[in-house]
Amino acid sequence: MQGIYEAKGIVSEIQRFSVHDGPGIRTLVFLKGCPLRCKWCCNPENLSREPQYMLIQGKQKLIGKEMTVEEVMREIRKDMIYYYRSHGGLTISGGEVLMQPLFARSLLEACKSEGISTAIETSAFAEYEVIEQLLPWLDVALCDMKHVDEEKHLKFTGLSNRGILENIRKIGLSKTELIVRVPVVPGFNDTEKEIEMISAYAASIQGVKRLHLLPYHRLGEAKYEGLGEDYSLKGMEPMNSEQMEQMLKIARLSGLECQIGG
Amino acid sequence: MKQILNIGPEETSPRIQNLIDGLYKALPAVESERALLITKSYKETEALPMVLRRAKALEYILENMTLVIRDSELIVGNLTTAPRSTQIFPEFSNKWLLDEFDSLAQRKGDVFTITDEVKNQLKECFTYWNGRTVNELATELMYDDTKTAMNHNVFTVGNYYFNGVGHISVDYERVLKNGFSGIIKDAEHALANLDKGCPDSIEKTHFLNAVIITSKAAIRYSERFAALADKMAAEERDMKRAQELRVIAANCRKVPANPAENFYEALQSFWFVQAIIQIESNGHSISPMRFDQYMYSYYKADIESLNLSKERAQELLDCLWVKFNDVNKVRDTGSTKGFGGYPMFQNLIVGGQDRAGIDATNELSIACLEATQHTKLPQPSISIRVWNGSPHELLIKAAETSRLGLGMPAYYNDEVIIPALVNRGLTLGDARDYGIIGCVEPQVGGKTEGWHDAAFFNLAKVLELVVYNGCLDGVRITPQTGEFTSFTSFGQILEAYQKQMEYCVRFLTNADNSVDMAHGQRAPLPFVSSMVDDCIGKGKSIQCGGAHYNFTGPQGVGVANVGDSLMCIKELVFDKKKYTLAQIKQAMEDNFGGTSIEAVDAEILKEVVRRLTEGGKSLSPDQIARLAELTSQGITAKKASGDYSSMLEDMENVPKFGNDIEEADDLARLSALVYCREVEKYRNVRGGQFQPGLYPVSANVPMGEQTGAMPDGRKAGEPLADGVSPVSGRDTNGPTAAANSVAHLDHMIVSNGTLFNQKFHPSALSGREGLEKLSALVRGFFDQKGMHVQYNVVGRETLVDAQNHPDQYKNLVVRVAGYSAHFIYLDKSLQDDIINRTEQIF
Repeated sequence: MQGIYEAKGIVSEIQRFSVHDGPGIRTLVFLKGCPLRCKWCCNPENLSREPQYMLIQGKQKLIGKEMTVEEVMREIRKDMIYYYRSHGGLTISGGEVLMQPLFARSLLEACKSEGISTAIETSAFAEYEVIEQLLPWLDVALCDMKHVDEEKHLKFTGLSNRGILENIRKIGLSKTELIVRVPVVPGFNDTEKEIEMISAYAASIQGVKRLHLLPYHRLGEAKYEGLGEDYSLKGMEPMNSEQMEQMLKIARLSGLECQIGG
Repeated sequence: MKQILNIGPEETSPRIQNLIDGLYKALPAVESERALLITKSYKETEALPMVLRRAKALEYILENMTLVIRDSELIVGNLTTAPRSTQIFPEFSNKWLLDEFDSLAQRKGDVFTITDEVKNQLKECFTYWNGRTVNELATELMYDDTKTAMNHNVFTVGNYYFNGVGHISVDYERVLKNGFSGIIKDAEHALANLDKGCPDSIEKTHFLNAVIITSKAAIRYSERFAALADKMAAEERDMKRAQELRVIAANCRKVPANPAENFYEALQSFWFVQAIIQIESNGHSISPMRFDQYMYSYYKADIESLNLSKERAQELLDCLWVKFNDVNKVRDTGSTKGFGGYPMFQNLIVGGQDRAGIDATNELSIACLEATQHTKLPQPSISIRVWNGSPHELLIKAAETSRLGLGMPAYYNDEVIIPALVNRGLTLGDARDYGIIGCVEPQVGGKTEGWHDAAFFNLAKVLELVVYNGCLDGVRITPQTGEFTSFTSFGQILEAYQKQMEYCVRFLTNADNSVDMAHGQRAPLPFVSSMVDDCIGKGKSIQCGGAHYNFTGPQGVGVANVGDSLMCIKELVFDKKKYTLAQIKQAMEDNFGGTSIEAVDAEILKEVVRRLTEGGKSLSPDQIARLAELTSQGITAKKASGDYSSMLEDMENVPKFGNDIEEADDLARLSALVYCREVEKYRNVRGGQFQPGLYPVSANVPMGEQTGAMPDGRKAGEPLADGVSPVSGRDTNGPTAAANSVAHLDHMIVSNGTLFNQKFHPSALSGREGLEKLSALVRGFFDQKGMHVQYNVVGRETLVDAQNHPDQYKNLVVRVAGYSAHFIYLDKSLQDDIINRTEQIF
């Protein structure tokens, strides 16, 4: 059998000192490939699994590189001391981590065996068996719960939320800490009613104690241009902080510990 | 880790805002009073030994200067009639001031107003000082080749060459506990016990008599305040203020003559010491150091006995914090580039270990940080000491202060500084009791004359001397080390760097020792010396070697630039063989196409046009074209020659210091070590050792202006890297990578201090978790033996600057969940959006 350190994956970026994606100071490893097509996605270069070119500051840059777990670990280890001091660690993001399950599992296992805490950021869209394989090596799962309304979810992400909600429920029963994250997107789920429903649903899931409201932002907009693609939410204004505070108030009615941002 | 209980109140007293408003009512002004008084005194004491002349001069100034008790202040003691103004110290130097009289109010930074009356008074009194200044003597003492190296900007000793030395922390505790009456007794006792048969007893007698004169003068100064406060109380209609003035009068009658018996008296006694030191000399960086230690017993006793409420204690402390900002200093225009923003560097440090190695953080440490949060003023320069045993709360309180965007506190690592000082000969107890002088310079207070800001030394110039074989601007500065283009291995380049460093550091130490000697001969300072061990015992001023520990600390500037340049040469010339040394040298001579010099032209033209049109005049396009012609005639702009864009791109792609890449970090480490090992070989004229520092204050900007193009693609005139920080914008792997690279340098040998600046967009530090993360970042950096770090949380102005100068801000990242954006790569409208939101992030 292949050793975990030789497992290979397509990595688009390794970002150190990430401070909003799980506890403490973390290194974020972005994997390529995602089954969802959320209209507000801020990392469109990670949708396709294949490496691709993106125009950044007038230069074509290849996004996505095949790397072994060992190669990725060499970067992750550089901030060991900060993980220790801040209770941080690795967070795998994407794209969708569940699209590269073998690589993800190997990377999580390598970290855990070296004493580094682990987290994933996921849409929870996959066969549950795929998720289940990761759980023994996973400390924290940051799961998106974009909407409880199936039709709206389908319309804005391209997929139904049925399997997703079921998977979240199952993760909640495991030993992995489950944090629900709700991207708050104007025109999609930004009414008080919707936020109330989503947070109430999250609160009904066993094992969920915390919920993060992630305000929609436009920081990824330039990437669409760089990829030669259209950004369908062009010109949409993000929520202002008063609106977000109001959403937070509503979400707190669920009894969960809620915050704005990660 | 222990817990500190009873953290103080968070409210700021309304009095504090009034005091702050008072500070900023008017522009700082130049005042002539001290200059006139010292000149008058000097004229009357020409027959006396220098140390007695100095004592008599201070006595005369304190007896005759105008005293002011400012509206609603509780701690008194002024240096100037108007707040934030400056006195003049003609005994150190004065020609520059005469030359700059008319531009002081017009210059770009650190503006001072000056009236015609003051100008005339000063002009008149400066004539007396012709040939009598410290500066003139120092120039005479220096060797000619030293002056040549200095004139070609290899280093500058400007700070002490033109001003008092300062950079001291006296034994404040001695005054608090014994008063100046105690110091007078000590001096009298020493006098009585002198062996008058010994030849050096003559000098000792003069020094001890000088100490007695200045101590009595200090007491007299406080008594004058007592009388003034009583007089003002009698005339005051507001009963509450009248009562306050009575208490001020009572305090001034008691301290600093006698021991302080409560917190308020201790604060007043402290301030008189702080003020008079800065009347005696204009040396800056008069650093209170471990204020939370020597003041704590007074604070604790008053709080526990209910003599003071916490709110009242905090108000008094806040008042003192405002008072620190009453002090100011005028510098020549050249120096203001190296010391921009009216800095006084009164460094006050809290936390850390005691002499026995036990953590000594207390409630007053926290209250001091609180005072900085309340006043949000640049002074005192507040610092904290951190070690493995520091309470978490101290770090959190400090992080909270950092987040306000004041650039303070600075964080210092006990785990590096204590062994670094032991390596310089301090006892373990003394090393554990260290504090910080000025910017970042460690020493034990009350017994050290550290001469910490001895010089700024341009490491990049040493590399230029390697490339140009010992010449700068066509003038021979140092011996030849071989034609640069003939080197066949990277090792030869390093050897030449080592050799050139040896030559340059020799000049540097000669310059410093000359200035040092001049201060000893022309400006021995009995007042400040009376509070430094073991001046009274030795019967010598600190300027003449009276202190227990003596150092001279010159600063290397440009570590990262030299490291990056060596890395580019190694990779592009020797490893990849993409370019020859001749091509690199040519590119440097051509300034990579000379674009920046043209840009300078355009800037100057813009400035000229701006000034001409300021008065409402308009210029025709013809006139502008004619101006452009005239301007460019005045500048010998090098014509763009050759296309260097691909070479620059190759240079940009070479790994740089600051990204946690070992090979690049190794070369930066070496660049610094070569300097440090050379400096520590030398001895100073006070019997002490030279010790290296690596920090620039803001001298990296003017020194950059004096430095040509470098092999790392840096163009002529661009700023050098700041302290031990990576070159601005070249650290693109985030703050942990930059911190790891910086920690890779050998900080322990840099016992005169290192400076590491990190910039953050507030998005990285929001909420309680943001504070936890900042504190973890400090701890993680310090675990790896970094020495100092400070954080600049950027505000609106910096972001606007980043829009205009994106190259300087490549490392500035906006962080949100699942996404980090490099600010400069965002679309302008998005940047604007972020700028508008930045202030509301916390």
